[in-house]
Amino acid sequence: MNDWPLWEVFVRGQHGLAHQHAGSLHAPDAETAINNARDVYTRRNEGVSIWVVKSSDIAASSPGDKGPMFEPANTKPYRHPTFYDVPDEVKHL
Amino acid sequence: MSRFEYLLRLGDNALILSQRLGEWCGHGPALEEDIAITNVALDLLGQARNWLTYAGEVEGRGRDEDQLAFLRDAGEYRNVLLVEHPNGDFGQTMARQFLFDSWHHLLLDKLTGSTDERVRGIAEKSLKEVTYHLRRSTDWIVRLGDGTEESHARVQSAIDGLWMFTGELFEVDAVEEEMQRAGIGCDLAALRGPWMSNVERVFTEATLKIPKQTWMQRGGKRGVHTEKLGYILAEMQFLQRAYPGAQW
Repeated sequence: MNDWPLWEVFVRGQHGLAHQHAGSLHAPDAETAINNARDVYTRRNEGVSIWVVKSSDIAASSPGDKGPMFEPANTKPYRHPTFYDVPDEVKHL
Repeated sequence: MSRFEYLLRLGDNALILSQRLGEWCGHGPALEEDIAITNVALDLLGQARNWLTYAGEVEGRGRDEDQLAFLRDAGEYRNVLLVEHPNGDFGQTMARQFLFDSWHHLLLDKLTGSTDERVRGIAEKSLKEVTYHLRRSTDWIVRLGDGTEESHARVQSAIDGLWMFTGELFEVDAVEEEMQRAGIGCDLAALRGPWMSNVERVFTEATLKIPKQTWMQRGGKRGVHTEKLGYILAEMQFLQRAYPGAQW
């Protein structure tokens, strides 16, 4: 069991929404990972769809790159769509 | 009274297997498996509650699900012998589960056509859960059978040991006949063919062999159990026996 790979689990809460990262788990293969994800993350009726992906297949930004990656956005409020009124009828925005 | 007996069989199968699977809680081979096995146990417990509640109503002596679960002795239990078999190792638990799930799924599928509205309702609800149980135990049998030399040997020996308890699943007696005639139950003997072809299909993929032995042990459905059931009940019923009427 110690050599089971780690999988990242993404669950879609309802139709029309995007899959969200729910957590991770160990499993010997993709099919078992989906079975396990069903039991670990969706047993309280949380989802309609599950994705699993091997954690080792995820490329991630480095914490050390925080400055060049994210800070330049801080001074550019015009990039945020905060100057519009959102109609009440629009959901999931 | 046949209907009461019949409902006890359905309820007791779910209850005893649930109790057995619950023994894995905190002992699963991996955290994920621990959660998955106990999740199946909880599904079965929910099914047992539905069957036994209805059994108590049909009996008409005022017994509820708790009284039926906690205050009957081994001889009054009507589960098949397969489900009271000890957990053994993980392979043995999965072998028992697969043999049972394959049958349970076929049975519930038939019961969704029952003339008894309550039976139909419980069967429909349970079938969704058992479809997943079967998928999970099937996946494990294939992985263990077609896995390492050790996992193959262990799961094959588990199947060899459990095989003699599979005959009872298809045993037709007076209760089954009456339920079938009334359209409440189904023809158990007719489930053997589809059950065997599913087992053969999965075993072929898992590189496992169907045991040749033909002698079958039986008795659970009429209350003649292995000595194992007494130990299960001793643990399960202790609280209600020692402190009658105790509640959460």
